[in-house]
Amino acid sequence: MVSLLILAPFFAAILLNVPFKALRERSAFGAALALFLGQMLLMIFPKAGLWTFPVATLDKFFHFPLRVDALSTVLLFCIGAVLTATLLLSLRAVPQDERRLNFISVLLLMQAGMNGAVVVVDLFSLYVFLEIVAVSSFILIAFDKHVHAFEAAFKYLVMSVVATALMLLSIALILLVSPDTTFSGISASLQGSPNSLLVTLAVGVFVCAAFIKSGLMPFHGWLPDAYSAAPAPVSVLLAGVVTKTVGIYTLLRIVIFVFGFTLPLKNILLAVGALSALAGALAALAQTDFKRMLAYSSISQMGYIILGLGCGTPLGALGAVFHLFNHAIFKSLLFSNSAAIESRAGIRNIQEMSGLGSRMPWTALTCAVGSLSTAGIPPLAGFWSKFIIIIALWMSGNYTYAVIAILVSLLTLAYFLYLQRNVFFGKAKDTFNKIEEAEFVILLPAIVFSAITFIVGVAFPWVWNTLLLRLPSIFGA
Amino acid sequence: MGPRMKVDLIILAILVISALWAVMTRSLIRSAIGLALASAVLTVIMFRLSSPFAAVFELSVCAGLISVLFLSTISLTHPMTHQEAAQHQRERYSRYFVLPYILIVIGIIFAFVQVRPELKLPPAAAQTEVRVIMWNLRQVDLIGQAIILLTGVFGVVLLLKEARKK
Repeated sequence: MVSLLILAPFFAAILLNVPFKALRERSAFGAALALFLGQMLLMIFPKAGLWTFPVATLDKFFHFPLRVDALSTVLLFCIGAVLTATLLLSLRAVPQDERRLNFISVLLLMQAGMNGAVVVVDLFSLYVFLEIVAVSSFILIAFDKHVHAFEAAFKYLVMSVVATALMLLSIALILLVSPDTTFSGISASLQGSPNSLLVTLAVGVFVCAAFIKSGLMPFHGWLPDAYSAAPAPVSVLLAGVVTKTVGIYTLLRIVIFVFGFTLPLKNILLAVGALSALAGALAALAQTDFKRMLAYSSISQMGYIILGLGCGTPLGALGAVFHLFNHAIFKSLLFSNSAAIESRAGIRNIQEMSGLGSRMPWTALTCAVGSLSTAGIPPLAGFWSKFIIIIALWMSGNYTYAVIAILVSLLTLAYFLYLQRNVFFGKAKDTFNKIEEAEFVILLPAIVFSAITFIVGVAFPWVWNTLLLRLPSIFGA
Repeated sequence: MGPRMKVDLIILAILVISALWAVMTRSLIRSAIGLALASAVLTVIMFRLSSPFAAVFELSVCAGLISVLFLSTISLTHPMTHQEAAQHQRERYSRYFVLPYILIVIGIIFAFVQVRPELKLPPAAAQTEVRVIMWNLRQVDLIGQAIILLTGVFGVVLLLKEARKK
């Protein structure tokens, strides 16, 4: 039944492109919404009958070695949620029926790719599904077909190809010491391997590839361009789940389940995490473009996640996964806000905006929730995940990195306060007098995501006891 | 020369021709087809050399590679005029015309110089193994390849359609 996570969107994409054009254009949105929302709900209620029900006909033809554990569940939920938001935003961003049909088809294929990457248990299969995400991301970034979009898409593609080539090299090296490419097979082989130099090289090359895919510093060259040049719904998708799935999730899965923690690996993760968190925040401070500021903020927050992972402890990994979830939600929220403002004001330059809070109160409110959560202000969700990461850093003896993490939080607050003050506060310019609140379809994802951010933060004791304490079991603690 | 060797030589010739075609042809689509054909032939060679996993991996990598190459090329190119195309073709022939001759000379050298490395190859794979590997062991990769290619098709439709309309 897990195979449906890959097969359902794949076959939906095929079915939406059979003849009867008028029918498929009308049904495309509904079908995609059902699949995206269905995946989200399935992850909230994993014990629903549908999930465990064996489908004999399906199993007869498709017997994929797949696995869904607590870590995959978190990612699958985020994928469903962010794809739903992307779909809703595309209603305005891609108004023509025929183009939207193609857009939705690529979204479905991307869903198949991301779901596949999250549930496979084989390194080579992981590579194949990461390629699907890379190809579909390229198409979506270049979707508007203007020169900046093509430039950003090409940069993304070049970096992505370099990363996948490194992954292939790593797989080739691993095959010299491992009989197969399954996670469990590789893990067992690496532990007893006498070729420590070869193993170190393979691990190093793979981790480097994951850094490129995540857009972490110093491999971040493609990320700000891709996020800012892509259409608004695609920015939400890229920042919300794509880099999380192809980069951070891959890193978490491979480091925790396959390679295991070693002292040099921990040090590399901590150094790259701290560099990304600090340099990303400093770069965000210097930005005047709304989307570019969010892009650099993403780099900074992903650095936080890597800092948590670099602790090498179950608490650190738990903080990393929790921050990954929170970041997927609040960064999608902030990019939705950016789409709302761009759709009404028609500009992205923060310095040219002022007083939009009185014109767009819902956008201002949800943006404040997203910004404060990113900055780690209690009681919002972002505070708790950052708090766990800082505690984990302190408890593992990484005091310097803990101080850097606190400093980065202050920097994050600084650039988001600057953004809030310029965009929403003050007197509205005369040119903004006729601006109204964004349309409901654009507001809806922002409202839902801010509600999730608020509820997860306020109900943290419940989240901790019922959800988060389940997570360490996957790390063998 | 046994019948197996003859088949191998024919397959190798097809590999070289399809690879050359991929490099020499003017049309972008034909070039991609040439690359795909070269990859498919290489897959067959790997199967014949009893490396079914390497063969399946080659197929997967190439499925992704062709999509990536195709899309990136589309993004970088603009349609050439007939004169530009003809000029480009002439330059290409003058640049690469020695390539087939070099290959032929290398082939002749290898035919006369007896190179017989002492390799202990594993026994040939059973006929059923190809099917088992493709459909049973690496079925999920196969679906992945199909998705990559379908995504590539959408990319071409989306990114080329409007250019053609213009």
